[in-house]
Amino acid sequence: MATTPVVNEGALPPGRAQSFVRRLQAGEELAYLVTATAAATIFLITALILYELFSQSAVSRHTLGWSFLFTSTWDPVAGNFGALPFIYGTVVTSVLALLIAIPLGVGAAIFLAEMAPMGISNALTFLIELLAAVPSVIYGLLGIFVLIPILQRSVVPALKSVLGGLPIFHGTFYGVSVFSAGIVLAVMIVPFIISVSREVLLSVPNDQREGSLALGSTKWQTTWKVVVPFASTGITGSIFLALARALGETMAVTMVIGNTPQIKASLLAPGNSIASVIASQFAEATGDLYVSSLIELGLVLFGVTFVLNGLARIMIMTTGRKGAH
Amino acid sequence: MINRLILPAVAAASLAGVAFAALSLTGAGATFPYPMYSKWFNEYNKLHPDIQINYQSRGSGAGIQQVTEGTVDFGASDGPMNDKQLATFKDKRGCEALHFPTVLGADVPTYNIPGVTADLNFTPAALAGIYLGKITKWNDPEIAKANPKVKLPSSDIVVVHRAEASGTTYIWVDYLSKVSPEWKEKVGVAAAVNWPTGLGGQGNEGVSGQVKQTEYAIGYVELIYAIQTKMPYGNVQNSSGNFVKADLASVTAAAAGAATNMPADFRVSITNAPGKNAYPISSFTWLLIPSHIADANKKKAILDFLHWMLGPGQKMTAALSYAELPKQVIAQEEKAISKIQ
Amino acid sequence: MNRSLKVRLFVNYLMLGLTGLCTLITLSALFFILGYLVAHGIGSLNWSFFTRLPAPVGEAGGGMANAIVGSGKALLLATLIGIPIGFLGGVYLAEYGNPAASFVIRYVTDLLNGVPSIIIGVVVWGLVVQRMGHFSTFAGGVALGIMMIPISVRSTEEFLHAVPHSLREAASALGAPKWKGLVTVVVPAAIRGIISGTMLDLARVAGETAPLLFTALGNQFWSNGWNEPTATLPVMIYTYAISAYDDWHRQAWAAGFVLLTVVLMVNIIARMTMARGIHIPR
Repeated sequence: MATTPVVNEGALPPGRAQSFVRRLQAGEELAYLVTATAAATIFLITALILYELFSQSAVSRHTLGWSFLFTSTWDPVAGNFGALPFIYGTVVTSVLALLIAIPLGVGAAIFLAEMAPMGISNALTFLIELLAAVPSVIYGLLGIFVLIPILQRSVVPALKSVLGGLPIFHGTFYGVSVFSAGIVLAVMIVPFIISVSREVLLSVPNDQREGSLALGSTKWQTTWKVVVPFASTGITGSIFLALARALGETMAVTMVIGNTPQIKASLLAPGNSIASVIASQFAEATGDLYVSSLIELGLVLFGVTFVLNGLARIMIMTTGRKGAH
Repeated sequence: MINRLILPAVAAASLAGVAFAALSLTGAGATFPYPMYSKWFNEYNKLHPDIQINYQSRGSGAGIQQVTEGTVDFGASDGPMNDKQLATFKDKRGCEALHFPTVLGADVPTYNIPGVTADLNFTPAALAGIYLGKITKWNDPEIAKANPKVKLPSSDIVVVHRAEASGTTYIWVDYLSKVSPEWKEKVGVAAAVNWPTGLGGQGNEGVSGQVKQTEYAIGYVELIYAIQTKMPYGNVQNSSGNFVKADLASVTAAAAGAATNMPADFRVSITNAPGKNAYPISSFTWLLIPSHIADANKKKAILDFLHWMLGPGQKMTAALSYAELPKQVIAQEEKAISKIQ
Repeated sequence: MNRSLKVRLFVNYLMLGLTGLCTLITLSALFFILGYLVAHGIGSLNWSFFTRLPAPVGEAGGGMANAIVGSGKALLLATLIGIPIGFLGGVYLAEYGNPAASFVIRYVTDLLNGVPSIIIGVVVWGLVVQRMGHFSTFAGGVALGIMMIPISVRSTEEFLHAVPHSLREAASALGAPKWKGLVTVVVPAAIRGIISGTMLDLARVAGETAPLLFTALGNQFWSNGWNEPTATLPVMIYTYAISAYDDWHRQAWAAGFVLLTVVLMVNIIARMTMARGIHIPR
């Protein structure tokens, strides 16, 4: 957008009119400057955050090097810090959440975009998007007092009686566990998958559907064989977005995961995630290496969510462009 | 529109706060003495409405870290600062970190065993074994032999410990290191350790909450937390061989030796203290105060509070099951207050 | 032929049912959450919850008056910081930016949006709390304000883009410079959407706990002005929920109910406002 004035200065009569134009120009310059400053501030803030993360983690990055990512001890006494248990916990809870949320979310999105009449679809989507607005700490509250007791009393015993032989369901269930955290996360990310996937599905051009129906397919066949593949990149993007959200989720996970830095095959064992360990230990960490290691964990988390968000955006944009022809 | 009302309303509320501007001090640290401190600061504020001492319980580690960074006016910890931490403090703040004992408390083993309401007896070997992850069932012989009259289940023990750096932990592992060479070698003593087993709870509040929610769990908490949440807690065998329950008398007995032999900087450990009635997992807890306070008003407030704490404040400890400081310690502290410049 | 049709129709209705079931399960989660909070929260709400300060540990009868006000102050500051920067940044992207600069700013905004909230708390602790030498409502407001920026930018840009170009052209045809056209015509046309976006932004940030842990800390008394630590509703819910005191649990439910009600009300109002579309001033 150009910032040249509306009228050509030379075309106006001189004197009062010229200074008026100059003032108008100044207004234009000012408007540009003000908005550009705001935009630059955003850039600065983000750069500052990155800089802080890098500089404050310098001690541990230099002392522990790359092995930080592969060590599994977390020993503040000996100054031995390893990120592996937290990376493991973060990844496992997020993957579990996705395994539950993807079928539910994509299924619901398909229903809302393709199967349900528009009025009902809008109303239900409105309600589901409200689910996305529920604060994390409230999920945590319900996780502690509602979900965990239900899991302890009914779900896990049933699960163990059928699948107890599997290593992932091995061992005693204490309530707080990777499993509980995964379930809470699933409920938290499902609305994101539904919301974005539904929009992506709705953006698939109608001629695709009409072509398929003209060939005699049922609604479901059209949906599954034509519309969904067309929108698949965008749907995958929504999954990446949901994953990025799950990885950074702090409060709900901290309240139900058990705060135990360990790597166990069983989902029923307690664990820890990057965001939770920072939340529980940052204010109390004494000693430069301890603090620095926690911040380095933050840097790792930031790096991963950054990559995922970027990929997600690209994928969602690609579907949009396909639809626009 | 409602939006138009919100701004003036909140502005008024925040200004209202300014109008009654009190002198405000902030402290952070140990959860171990939190019930006592929250009562004290509440009472002190009633006596001096213009002084608000805001204490946030986050754990002893937070107390040490934040007072070293200078983001709080004073810290609190049940594990005294070690020499390295004192040096760091001196580097960052340019003055010394002074320790002021406030009360005596006790770490008790609290548990949640369905069907068992009796006070269990724990030997040092039992506690060390449980926390090392070597004793895994409640009916293990080491526990059973000390409790012949109690029917212990064969269920697995769920161990709960602190998730963050904690003075309560320090007291616990300090005791375990004294009674178990294996613990001393494998894990060691610090506010945050590499736990061989167990779940992490946030603060004394979190550990007691976790134990209360989890069947067959055991955790270590400050005495008052077990009492206030009405959870059973066990007796621990002391160095004389007696199983002692934590209470005012047994905790005071544990401090008897330290009372006469208190070092000048007040940093002392009284775990596994001699004495036939001494409770072995007792400890002082300290306020960490910089030796130089720039703000004259804040300095006066802190000095006044310390004097009050050593006088009328001590009379309030019994109600919350903390033991008073021994008279000799109080006298020594009154003199030490003058070190704050 | 007939059999194939029957099979396909069967599968059609089966999948209709299954996908409908997925939707139902998701919706039931919402109603379950709401229902549970209403059931447990309403019973614990009383006058002292809204008017009294927290009681000493273990004593019953305290309230969260200071936390409610504290949250209000922090959110007010967050709005004052986040919305102007976000709004103006969005205007830049929609109206003034050149392609290269806009790409960078959008990218950076997405980056900022992706920063986990706990990390924002840690960074603001280093930048504000450590430098100032104390925890404060101000630091809490800064942390929440930073979180508000990306959503504000995106929603402003989106709603400005949705204003038809004919409006802009009409304004300049009448001789107005670009900024004047923006202020008097374009922004008012998009204002409903922008305000809704702001409300949604605010509602999201109102429930954030992690950034406040290391910035506003907490306070059992009233927090005076902006430079003292303050209690906030989400942090109180967290602290009380993980404790073992029944009275604290009761209060956590009540606070959760209050927080959720406010957040959902703002969301509903904002979304209904947005649904009415772009408002063209006559």
